[in-house]
Amino acid sequence: MIVHPRYTQILAIGLLVFFTVFTLAILVFIIVFIFGKGLSYVTLDFLFSNPRDMGKAGGIFPTLLGTVILPLLAIIIATPLGVGTAIYLTEYTRESRITQIIRFGADCLAGIPSIIFGLFGFIFFVTTLGMGWSILSGSLTLAFMILPTIIRTSEEAIKSVPYSYREVSFSLGATLWQTVRKVVLPNALPGIITGIMLSIGRSIGETAAVIFTAGSSLRIPSSLFDSIRTMSVHFYILAREGISSQNAYATAAVLIISILLINLISYWLMNRFIAKRNK
Amino acid sequence: MKHENKFIINNLNVFWGKTQALRNINVEIPSHKILGIIGPSGSGKTVFLRSLNRMNDLVPEIRIDGQILLDGNDIYHPNTDPTKLRKKVGMLFALPVPLPASIYDNIVFSPVLFGIRDRNTLDELVETSLKAAFLWDEVKDRLKTSGLRLSGGQQQRLCLARVLAMEPEVILLDEPCSGLDPISTAAIEDALSILKNNYTIILVTNNTKQAARVADNTAFFLMSEMIEIGPTDQVFTVPKDKRTDDYITGRFG
Repeated sequence: MIVHPRYTQILAIGLLVFFTVFTLAILVFIIVFIFGKGLSYVTLDFLFSNPRDMGKAGGIFPTLLGTVILPLLAIIIATPLGVGTAIYLTEYTRESRITQIIRFGADCLAGIPSIIFGLFGFIFFVTTLGMGWSILSGSLTLAFMILPTIIRTSEEAIKSVPYSYREVSFSLGATLWQTVRKVVLPNALPGIITGIMLSIGRSIGETAAVIFTAGSSLRIPSSLFDSIRTMSVHFYILAREGISSQNAYATAAVLIISILLINLISYWLMNRFIAKRNK
Repeated sequence: MKHENKFIINNLNVFWGKTQALRNINVEIPSHKILGIIGPSGSGKTVFLRSLNRMNDLVPEIRIDGQILLDGNDIYHPNTDPTKLRKKVGMLFALPVPLPASIYDNIVFSPVLFGIRDRNTLDELVETSLKAAFLWDEVKDRLKTSGLRLSGGQQQRLCLARVLAMEPEVILLDEPCSGLDPISTAAIEDALSILKNNYTIILVTNNTKQAARVADNTAFFLMSEMIEIGPTDQVFTVPKDKRTDDYITGRFG
């Protein structure tokens, strides 16, 4: 039996629309669920006051601080390392067994569960190097965790810059470094930023790698060697220990809002950047 | 000065991996003239052109043997700085490639690399280069718009202006009109015939008629060898080699 193409066409459209709506529905459901349970407790006071009674009462200010500081430091550490590695691999080496091994290593590293990074960070930074549960241990561990993502996304972004741009740059008397700085990097920037944004999202949501390395202190830290608690860890502890499901959901709502905000801001920045270049 | 040879090439052999891309090229290229290079694709024209500004250095499989003298200096000598060489020997590619930046920034790319920062000097360079490339009137009011917004023909003239702004001594052109319409082609050719007063021009072209129109001398390449070189009218009317005659009259290639 031959089905008329018109009907397969209708069927295809129907299925594709269904898949899309289904995916969106899951996302909306999760957000509505969390917001429904937590958003009403989110007030300015909740955001900017210290927790009391292990987080049963009071706000989440120190964890808000932790959620900003840890990923920020991790990005500051990982970006130059990752982008530098990507530049070296793509522009300064020829494709060889060694670059393949480095690339394979980065891919494997990207697939390692975060709790392994947490354990590594605990053994290496916290105990062996004696940094203790601290902001520094936590952000270094996070940096290691996101490094492969930054390397691979930067590498793809750099590779996607047309070879002819490099050729033109060389033909105009530029050195390799001038070509990288003036032609390759500006054109790879949107892709590199996407990788950085993905990594920020991952580190904000990270719990396992952080709880082992940055600890879970609720005090406001006074130096990089103090322990700190992020919102994800706070949520985990509140929920796991059954301290306060109300505050747990409120924390989750703040977490989701901050990730939404970061994504919105990065899209906005990127569009502005691209529009400016193509003016 | 006008009759001196810009390039002297002795026994140039170029190998691309295991195949030989150029065989025993010996040629003198006089300054302030246009040398047209014709020949079927794969005959080594482009490899030859790219040997002259060391763009072949970018391809690791290419090995170059022989001597290329620019104003008497060996360009493959270890002391030669390839970036300075490329500034002296500018190149225009087959497809126009404006960098994704404004028209202005495209043109000042090389001057800025070589340390020119003064705004007035740069403004002047932009204007004179665009005028010499016959593009000024079309873009003078929108120098800040992206070079990518221009049409194909305008883009190629922008690329020519970008080469001129570098103030080179030689301009290499690698089939610069292959993607252009007849009017843009005419604009480029007009520019070239004026530019030859100040520059030495080497023009690789698949369009035999173009060589006949603009070149002072013409060289014919076939299967990695230079078959013939001579004054253009001579090559086109009384070629010494039968293969040149066959190619020009369209019997092959």
